[in-house]
Amino acid sequence: MAIAQRENLPATSLFRRPSATTGVWSWITTVDHKRIGILYGVTSFVFFILGGIEALLLRLQLAAPDGKVLDADLYNQLFTMHGTTMIFLVVMPMSAAFFNFFIPLMIGARDVAFPRLNAFSYWVFLLGGIFLYSSFFLGGFPDGGWFGYAPLSTESYGALPNAASRMDFWALGLQILGIASLVASVNFVTTIINMRAPGMSFMRMPVFVWMTLVVNFLLLFAMPVIAVALFQVMFDRFFGTGFFDVAMGGDPVLWQHMFWLFGHPEVYILILPAMGIVSEILPTFSRKPLFGYPFVVFSGIAIGFMGWGVWAHHMFAVGLGPVANSAFALSTMFIAVPTGVKIFNWLGTLWGGRIRFKTPMLFSLGFVAMFVIGGLSGVTHALVPHDAQQTDTYYIVAHFHYVLFGGAIFGLFAGMYYWWPKVFGRLLGERLGKLHFWLMLIGFNLTFGPMHILGLQGMARRYYRYRAEDGFTAWNFIATVGSFIIALSILVFLVNVALAHRKPKTASADPWDGRTLEWTIPSPPPEYNFAEIPTVHAVDDFWHRKYAEDKSGRAQPVPAGGSEEAESGHDGHGIHMPSPSYFPLVAALGLPLIGYGLIYQWAIAAVGAMMTLVGLYGWALEPSTEPEPAQHESTSSRVAD
Amino acid sequence: MATTEQHVEEHHHTSTGLDNKKMAMWAFLGSECLLFGALISAYLLYRKRGPGKHPADLYDIPFTSVSSFVLLMSSLTMVLALSGIQRGDGRRLRVWLVATAVLGMTFIAGQVYEFTTFVKEGMSLTSNAGASAFFVLTGFHGTHVSIGIIMLLSLVGLSLAGKLPAERSLAVELAGLYWHFVDIVWIVIFTVVYLVPS
Repeated sequence: MAIAQRENLPATSLFRRPSATTGVWSWITTVDHKRIGILYGVTSFVFFILGGIEALLLRLQLAAPDGKVLDADLYNQLFTMHGTTMIFLVVMPMSAAFFNFFIPLMIGARDVAFPRLNAFSYWVFLLGGIFLYSSFFLGGFPDGGWFGYAPLSTESYGALPNAASRMDFWALGLQILGIASLVASVNFVTTIINMRAPGMSFMRMPVFVWMTLVVNFLLLFAMPVIAVALFQVMFDRFFGTGFFDVAMGGDPVLWQHMFWLFGHPEVYILILPAMGIVSEILPTFSRKPLFGYPFVVFSGIAIGFMGWGVWAHHMFAVGLGPVANSAFALSTMFIAVPTGVKIFNWLGTLWGGRIRFKTPMLFSLGFVAMFVIGGLSGVTHALVPHDAQQTDTYYIVAHFHYVLFGGAIFGLFAGMYYWWPKVFGRLLGERLGKLHFWLMLIGFNLTFGPMHILGLQGMARRYYRYRAEDGFTAWNFIATVGSFIIALSILVFLVNVALAHRKPKTASADPWDGRTLEWTIPSPPPEYNFAEIPTVHAVDDFWHRKYAEDKSGRAQPVPAGGSEEAESGHDGHGIHMPSPSYFPLVAALGLPLIGYGLIYQWAIAAVGAMMTLVGLYGWALEPSTEPEPAQHESTSSRVAD
Repeated sequence: MATTEQHVEEHHHTSTGLDNKKMAMWAFLGSECLLFGALISAYLLYRKRGPGKHPADLYDIPFTSVSSFVLLMSSLTMVLALSGIQRGDGRRLRVWLVATAVLGMTFIAGQVYEFTTFVKEGMSLTSNAGASAFFVLTGFHGTHVSIGIIMLLSLVGLSLAGKLPAERSLAVELAGLYWHFVDIVWIVIFTVVYLVPS
């Protein structure tokens, strides 16, 4: 490998360049998109478990009337962290895990456009998450809700020593996480537009790549809006400005506008990756092309645009007036159209297909079914009079869990089962996988189905306790039981993973008879991905290499086509990949220090800023790849391969 | 981050023919539009709100016109710097980069003067929502200009160290894109915030 050669080179920058290829240090300095993808996946799964434990505690408290598990203060902290965690530390980064690992593979590239920027974005995400969670040891989790409405976020509720507030951690933590998302979106937009293999025109890209492109454009334009809103909160908190202070002429409703102008596109940032994953899985397991590929693509783009025009439907209860409410009610009903188009395309894909009910397929079907329920209850909120009844009740809680859990999380699990063999070279067990699916589906519906009824009965969101005579007891108990069944299903998944990883790497390059480029290379892929950059001739190019249609339109195997060529050996000789680097981590480490500094002591912030600056300069001055060894040394270093 | 992915690129074709780094810079600047859009919207919403003096009561339009002119001229010198490196003339590159940085610093000095004057006349960051929005908006712009100045001076340093040959003119071009963007944003701010009567 190229890395070994560098041992002989003189150090060209501040430090000797990292050269480990195995062990912890190689993961810390890696710039390989596949390793970064795995890091994203593992980290977000750890946060998924933390967010899940928070949810279980909330459900335990609500299992029976007059719950005594948590007090009101801890309850506030836990629901704030549950929402913040699941959105910013689970669904977004878990989608990013798939972007990182599969986008270069699916477009036939060796890496993303900016490998070190990619590493930087992972470290910023991890450190931002740790920063947010460190608040627990410094006075308590943030407790103002995941939407941080002013004045809950601007005044010192949950006050800490030194005139700080728990919500400082929330605002600064999200600001740091926003940096991770923003740099990642610049990276992926560039990668997808610029790094496609020859012949892969836009209309030949897999749908998952398309949805990723839309998501990253959404991130690109949504993150600065939340950044400005968070800056305003920070300025109000740290310097006493008047953005959300009514006495100074400020207006808390501005926060809501800006938060939801980010927050509604965010909803599509969360769901579009899952839609993309499902659009890859359904054709594979129906053995048919995706029905109406252009419609799926263009409806995704339409959602990307229309997602900006519906934010105030989160604010019908604010009292913006009948004109604004009507306009946003209409736009909200319209955005259901492109979503519905996708549902029909998925059904059309299944129609007449030779369906194999493997675990990824089950999760995808679960996604479609649950997402339809969530979508329909969503349309009921578009009717302003309905919304006035439902808003801030458990009906809303039920709705967004059907979309974000029944939708996004089911879709992400589908993707995990589908792509696990490609990532690790091992197939997850089918029997445990199916058990996981059924437990999760049943537990999910038991948990969130009854919440529709609780909401209509008038149980408000964020109640930390109710009385027996309120009549909420039975449904709450069922929901709590359901939540523990979900937890059990996650345990089954972890057992499945553990068992799969005791087995050797035996997955073939193409275990599902797939359609896209990632299945043409060995599992797990070599560091350089493609020995030869492929040339693409059609959508689902790999499928067409394997199958041709006969007269009746059925797919017939092409003799000597397909997967055999996938395994063809190439030792990667002469392919140069970017070298590992310390600097992304160094630059990222400064950011949480700046955060602590703003809360506690300005000197810490100065140290953090210096650290980031050193990281950035070191990064800028070090070449991304060490020069060819032949320029410096004799050709004997080639033997070090 | 001027010289980062140079080595990879030498071997790499892009699908659009546009360099990766340039594409990334355009994407980033697109994102910045929303940043300034949000800040300008907040200012327009708040400019007359709250007790005490508001920014529009204190504007010194002739003074700000001059400093705006200085900033716009820096776009011209930036173009001359780029043309310098493209002709392989390192000295010209450095002269015009320094000129651009000096014009930027003049603008920043003008902003510092303006801010201190406003504070002396009784309008600070914490006077009212309008003042807060004004200082945060123009302060963010000033921060952007300052980051641009650091970039320009870093390029001067690289050039002096002989690490900025004509083949690397892209680094100067990217800094230029950023610099022009910051100038254009100032035109919008100067027009919408200062000139349009409230």
